[in-house]
Order: sequence, then structure tokens, then C-alpha cells
Amino acid sequence: MPSSTNAVAHSLRRLGSFAIEHVERLGFAARFFVAVVANTPAAFRRLHLTLREIYFSGVLSLVIILISGLFVGMVLALQGYDVLQRYGADQSLGVLVALSLVRELGPVVAGLLFASRAGSAITAEIGLMKATEQLAAMEMMAVDPLARVVAPRFWGGVISMPLLAALFSTLGVFGAYLVGVRLIGIDAGAFWGNMQSAVDFRQDIVNGIIKSTVFGIAVSLIAVFEGYEAKPTAEGVSSATTRTVVMSSLAILALDFVLTAFMFRGVS
Amino acid sequence: MKRNTIDLWVGIFVALGIAGILFLALKVGNLVSFGNTPGYRLEAAFDNIGGLKLRAPVRAAGVVVGRVERIRFDPKSYQAVVTMKIDDGNEFTADTIASILTSGLLGEVYVGLDVGGDTNMLANGAKINKTQSAVVLEKLIGQFLFDKAASGGSK
Repeated sequence: MPSSTNAVAHSLRRLGSFAIEHVERLGFAARFFVAVVANTPAAFRRLHLTLREIYFSGVLSLVIILISGLFVGMVLALQGYDVLQRYGADQSLGVLVALSLVRELGPVVAGLLFASRAGSAITAEIGLMKATEQLAAMEMMAVDPLARVVAPRFWGGVISMPLLAALFSTLGVFGAYLVGVRLIGIDAGAFWGNMQSAVDFRQDIVNGIIKSTVFGIAVSLIAVFEGYEAKPTAEGVSSATTRTVVMSSLAILALDFVLTAFMFRGVS
Repeated sequence: MKRNTIDLWVGIFVALGIAGILFLALKVGNLVSFGNTPGYRLEAAFDNIGGLKLRAPVRAAGVVVGRVERIRFDPKSYQAVVTMKIDDGNEFTADTIASILTSGLLGEVYVGLDVGGDTNMLANGAKINKTQSAVVLEKLIGQFLFDKAASGGSK
């Protein structure tokens, strides 16, 4: 039937163009990444720009990160105690909470919170600059917008992420201490002692820091890219912002799987 | 936002972050010493090391005196050769016995050193001659069943 073959051909064509569009976008993102990294010396020569961005991405995210870390730690302690005490292993609550936070929850949850708070803010800022033609005006004045606007925001995010993840884990452990030792009544010595013998610096903490740095690079790159490539309309900026949050979250979870498979493959 | 205020807050933020990482390293993790504490090496050969892992503790009288540095298989003697790094200041006699023990029923595996009465001390790189391998649960059960069968048959 001619009409149905036309319909099939049409949907195949749409599928093909969809795939090609996304592959093109991915390639453009890769070149964009190289260009942003190439502008790194410029971002650090004008240190006050990068410091300003660290303030806006990192310092202003402190409130949500610290409070979320505290609550995640407290919930982990409650749930963990409920299960562990069935097997008489309630002395290992510190181990459970510390390993979960330092290896996984710290980098991942802090990354997700950072993506939704700071990532969307960066995308909205750059997108709005593009929509109000500030980026074009900068190019007219021979100021490279990548060096002046994009690279400092990228490095601000990359520097803030590991620090935020470490603070998340720290507050989480503290929250677990409050619930486990103060509220439930686990022995404090057993709590800290078992935790210290189970958490290895190189194996767990350094791997957690590496993870959060990788997540920081991914989130910052997605945020600046979506902002730079946003359609210069109100709708375009808002859809770019939502795309940042969604893509960053997916990227964090996918990278988390890859990194965990790499790092914790042979740990017994 | 004044530049000084921003710098101040960024400084506080970075300081807090580094303090957090230090807290995790020292209080939550086990980073006791930055770099190598001075020590010397001893070797011991076991028939079976059981679940002994790298960086497992070496204990004498229950106190940690060193760490397992290297585990390798000797294809000539078919034994596992364990290299341990013992902290300086702890010397052991030449007839020390090295055994592979478990702390608690399902705890971590460590190397225990029992001192003898010899007047000579082990030097750096020396080999501990008397060793006791790890207890392998299956062999223990097999031994128990064999003994049971033997005593039941002789009745």
C-alpha cells in the first residue's frame, strides 16, 4: 500500500534525522569541551572571575548540601540500625553509613543536588546572556565569551564539586553519629572504631573524591554547553535549564556505574 | 557583591571543604601516617594463607606491630610467601612462630607472631622458619567427619 510505505519511510527518516542530530550535537559538545579547557589559562589569569563563580556555585549551594547530608546520614543510621540489629551486627552501623556515604551517596547525591541548583543556574545565566545578545556584544568588542563567561563557570563548578561532596559525607557521618550514638545508644567507641578500621583512605575516600571530580566536570560541562547552545528565547532558556538537570542527572548515574565497576571490581 | 566579601566566603568554603576531607581521612578512614613509618621487613612461608589480604595487620600479643606488604606464590616450594613490614623498635626472636589467625569468628584475617626464647633477633629481610597455616573450614569439617567415621567404625 503506497500510503503505509510512505508512513514507514517517513518515520524511518525521522528516526534517522533524530539520531544524526544527536550525534552532531554530541560532536559539537566534544569540540566545545576542548575549547573551554583550552581557555583555562585565561580563566585563571582573571582569578576574580573564577572566584566569583566558585562563590555562586559552591558557597550558595552549601545550605542545601549540608542540610541534605545531615538528613541522609540520619536516615541511613535509622534504617541501617533497624536491619543490622536483627543480625546482632548493630556495632557495624558506623561502617555501613561511612562506606555508603564516602563511596556512593556523597558524590552522587551531592552531584545531583549541585546539578539541579548550580547547574541550572549556570545554564539560565548563560542562556539569558545569549538571549539578551550580551555574548554577541562581547564578541563585537573582541572579548572571547568562552574565556570571559564560560570557562570561569566551568572551573567554578569543577572546583566546588569535590568540596561539596566531602562536606556532604562529613555531615552525613555526623548525622549518623547523632542518631546512632546519641539517640539509639550504640557504643561510641565501637561506632568510630569499627568505622575507622573498615574505611580505607586510598580505596574509599580517594575514590570518592575522584568520582566527585568526574561528576563535577560532567555537570559543569553540560551546564555551560546547554546554556551556550540555548535558543535565544524565553522558552529556549527554560527548556535548556530543564535539559541541563535531566542530562546531568543521567550522566552522573551512568558515570557512577562505570566508575564503580572500575574502582570496586576486585574489592572483597 | 563586593569582591572582598566574595573572596572571604570562597576562602571559608574551600577551608571547610578541606577540613571535611581531612575529617574523613583521619576520623572516618584509617589514614594514620602520611607516608612510610620506619620499619624492617620479615618473610614467612605458609602452606595456606586462607583469607589473608594485603595491608592486613601483623599482631604480637594482640597489638598491631606491622602490616602485610606483599603476598606471592613460590612455584618451587608451592608455598605462599608473605612479606611483612614491622615497625622499628619491635624486634622478634629468631624462633618466632608466625600464624594466620582470625579476629573473632568471622572477623578479619591477620598474622600473629608468638615469640620464642632464642637470644638471637630477626634482622631486616630475615625469614621466619616456624609458621602455622590458616585454618580452612572445609578441611576442619572433613577432618571431623573422618574422625567420627573412624571412631564409629572401631566401636
